[in-house]
Amino acid sequence: MSEITLPAAGLAPADPSARFYVHEHHPEHGTMLGFWLYLMSDCLIFASLFAAYAVLGRNYAGGPSGAELFDLPLVAVNTSLLLLSSITYGFAMLEMQKGKMRATLVWLAVTGLLGAGFIGLELQEFVHLIHDGAGPQRSAFLTSFFALVGTHGLHVSFGIVWLLTLMAQVRKHGLTPENARRLMCLSMFWHFLDVVWIGVFTFVYLMGVLP
Amino acid sequence: MNAHPHDTAGHGHHDHDHGHDAHAHGSLRSYATGFALAVILTVIPFWLVMGKVFDKSSTAGFVLLGLAVVQIVVHMVYFLHMNTKSEGGWSMLALLFTSMVVLIMLSGSIWVMYHLNHNMMPGMMSETMHRDMP
Repeated sequence: MSEITLPAAGLAPADPSARFYVHEHHPEHGTMLGFWLYLMSDCLIFASLFAAYAVLGRNYAGGPSGAELFDLPLVAVNTSLLLLSSITYGFAMLEMQKGKMRATLVWLAVTGLLGAGFIGLELQEFVHLIHDGAGPQRSAFLTSFFALVGTHGLHVSFGIVWLLTLMAQVRKHGLTPENARRLMCLSMFWHFLDVVWIGVFTFVYLMGVLP
Repeated sequence: MNAHPHDTAGHGHHDHDHGHDAHAHGSLRSYATGFALAVILTVIPFWLVMGKVFDKSSTAGFVLLGLAVVQIVVHMVYFLHMNTKSEGGWSMLALLFTSMVVLIMLSGSIWVMYHLNHNMMPGMMSETMHRDMP
């Protein structure tokens, strides 16, 4: 953004609002609504993966079932990590509203660590399953399980990459309107992933171990 | 627009989006309420399954799904700040449309594939032939 300096000082001063056309004009509401629409389309991806799991989730092909494979205490820890990361992101947004950059960064870092913990535990679970011969190629149940839970994990991983990028941006440029907008988009993304996880732990893990 | 302390050039937008900002963010109170509700709604389903509270799987399944729907609504309201007014109602409209598509897709897939499995059972062909033959 650069102020336009008129060479001829004698000219009548331009309408002050004319300056704002030089500034990148970002229509308010536009980004948030657009991002919300992206999330809704992401919702459809997850819905198709949930539908695939609903159809194939009991086709074990003689292999292990969910009741034999799933470690519910681990899932409970994972769920609490993600839920905690949702509230810590909320705290980051509250600090952002107050314009406190350092506190915002601290809460974002806590959120990132909780997300990394979630991904770490999930990867550990996946490695454990594959090591036990329960990889995605074992049965239709495991294929749909890895597709659904893996896609969610991939989303969280990219969310962490985005979070780190924004932390660097905020540290460099401060809480500018642009950064605030980006942080709000990531906030929606992050809470959305927590909403998807509600479906995963209920439908895949808890209902998967029911007899 | 008090969220943007460095905003010096954007005065033109102020009045325009003030109402939007007011409910685009939550307050500490709303986050805390949402978190407390979410914890309760997470602990109950885990307790129901790990404590083997229900004997029948179908009862447990319906209760779990019901709790999940309630928790999703709680997250939507308290964390994603959904309401009928944000973005002039467009985000709610998009959400409702998506929910409708998701509902049709999920129930349709489950319904069709269940009947397909049912009707393609081995031995099914001979049964129908017996029934149809005089």
